[in-house]
Amino acid sequence: MITKEDVEHIGWLARIEISEQETVEYMEKLNSVLDYFGQLDELPTEDVAPTYHVAEIFNVFREDVVEESLPQEDVLANTEHKQDGAFKSPKIV
Amino acid sequence: MSEAKWMSVAQVREQIRNNSAEEVTARYLETIGKSKLNGYVTVSEKAVEQAKEIDSKGHDGPLAGVPIAIKDNISVTGLPNTCSSKILEGYVPPFNAHVIEKLQAAGAVILGKTNMDEFAMGSSTETSCYGPSLNPWDPERVPGGSSGGSAAVVAGGEAPFALGSDTGGSVRCPAAFCGIVGLKPTYGSVSRYGVVAYANSLEQVGPLANNVSDIAVLMDVIGGYDRRDSTSIDRKIAYQEALKDDIKGLKIGVPKEFFGEGIDPAVEKAVWDSIHRCEDLGASWEEVSMPNIPYALASYYIIAMSEASSNLARFDGTRYGYRDKGENWHSMISKTRAEGFGVEAKRRIFLGTYALSAGYHDKYYLKALKVRTLVKQDFDRALSKADVLMAPTMPNPAFKIGEKIEDPLTLYLSDVNTCPINLAGVPSLSVPCGFTDGLPIGLQVIGKPFDEATVLRAAYAFEQNTDHHTRRPPEVA
Repeated sequence: MITKEDVEHIGWLARIEISEQETVEYMEKLNSVLDYFGQLDELPTEDVAPTYHVAEIFNVFREDVVEESLPQEDVLANTEHKQDGAFKSPKIV
Repeated sequence: MSEAKWMSVAQVREQIRNNSAEEVTARYLETIGKSKLNGYVTVSEKAVEQAKEIDSKGHDGPLAGVPIAIKDNISVTGLPNTCSSKILEGYVPPFNAHVIEKLQAAGAVILGKTNMDEFAMGSSTETSCYGPSLNPWDPERVPGGSSGGSAAVVAGGEAPFALGSDTGGSVRCPAAFCGIVGLKPTYGSVSRYGVVAYANSLEQVGPLANNVSDIAVLMDVIGGYDRRDSTSIDRKIAYQEALKDDIKGLKIGVPKEFFGEGIDPAVEKAVWDSIHRCEDLGASWEEVSMPNIPYALASYYIIAMSEASSNLARFDGTRYGYRDKGENWHSMISKTRAEGFGVEAKRRIFLGTYALSAGYHDKYYLKALKVRTLVKQDFDRALSKADVLMAPTMPNPAFKIGEKIEDPLTLYLSDVNTCPINLAGVPSLSVPCGFTDGLPIGLQVIGKPFDEATVLRAAYAFEQNTDHHTRRPPEVA
């Protein structure tokens, strides 16, 4: 069971602000889903290796050479918040 | 010129030869203009211009002048890409997805972008910030999701075919609900470059069309290796060559776990009738057991949500899309994400963040990955005895708008037969196999990895010997 404090902590980790009322609603719905997830505990998996993906390929490399990339103006075209060819974010500290 | 509705690609090409790509595109745009299905979120203003250009250059290329609809999570240069989310408001991609490059090289004309569940999270399009698309068979019902807009426009005659994406059933579910064909290709066979990621280890771009042949036509264009997708696998598959009306000797496995609790009796009957029809055509069938399938849904959702919580971290109001005001970095991002994401997207980010967080990672995420191994082994075993597996795509026909959206778990359960396929990465196609109360039912044909040829052959032979795919929805008033 996750608590109201857990929901607030997850909201902080995920960078999503939630109201007092939402916290309660989230808690209920998240717990019903987590309760369903709990059924996996029935399956013994001590000796089973995890499958992260099924592509059967590992470490795909290319030559370390500079290739053409998008023009800077195209990359910056989707925001008003920019300066000197860079994205502009609010103060971090 | 005859009505530009429900045409196969071959018929569209014939019309282009007899008239022009411009005329064919204009007719589709006219149908779209009158539509009430809410299938498109953006209609391309350049479609007619593109068609004219193709007319002037001569009709070279396998899809020269053939119009297509694209799900709104696949990047097309110059067209807004919203993923049906407020957080991508105003975002216009400066580059094309790999599949779009391939389509354009083949001469296809992009009609527009289609509605979807927000970030492909849903089975009904009800989580879209633009509201749900309507099912052409009954406008009070959902078209399925998450590629519901793509399915609705194909079934509604607003595009000859479309692209969707399938993370846990998002191509096959709407194909089944709208009475058309949809394919989830083998993981790695179609590049994901330029597709907005929801759960990378599970999703593939897939085609939706009126018939199996058109699926193969589209796969021959969009399939193949792309080094910009590190999970792309270089494997040649001859899709159209597989279209043979011959399934003599085909071995069909019928996994009983796909006919579980809650399945609609009419769906169960239609699927068994289809398997018996295949038997009449010379195939044989055998029941197989896949004991870990009942655990696939929980495993799937934990993995999908975990990957989503990481993938969706990029939407922070800094480089594109919606941005809220905040006095500092943390509050700007937290307010942007609170306001920009819809309820279901937030719920999945929360659950994924929790499943990956310190203290819970082993209990949820690692456990789900281990169960994924067991599910994959079930598929390996079942497909070592059979050439294909057949099962219902969806346990029920299309449900009503509003029926399931309030309770997330009820909605998740509708993916019970589609999401195991994504855990295993195998190919799977949904083909129309019957009706109940005027609503279409889909038969799911599942194959071995990279054996789309056998899946297509089985579906093609079934389709050629049945008439379910020829029924058209009533006109949507």
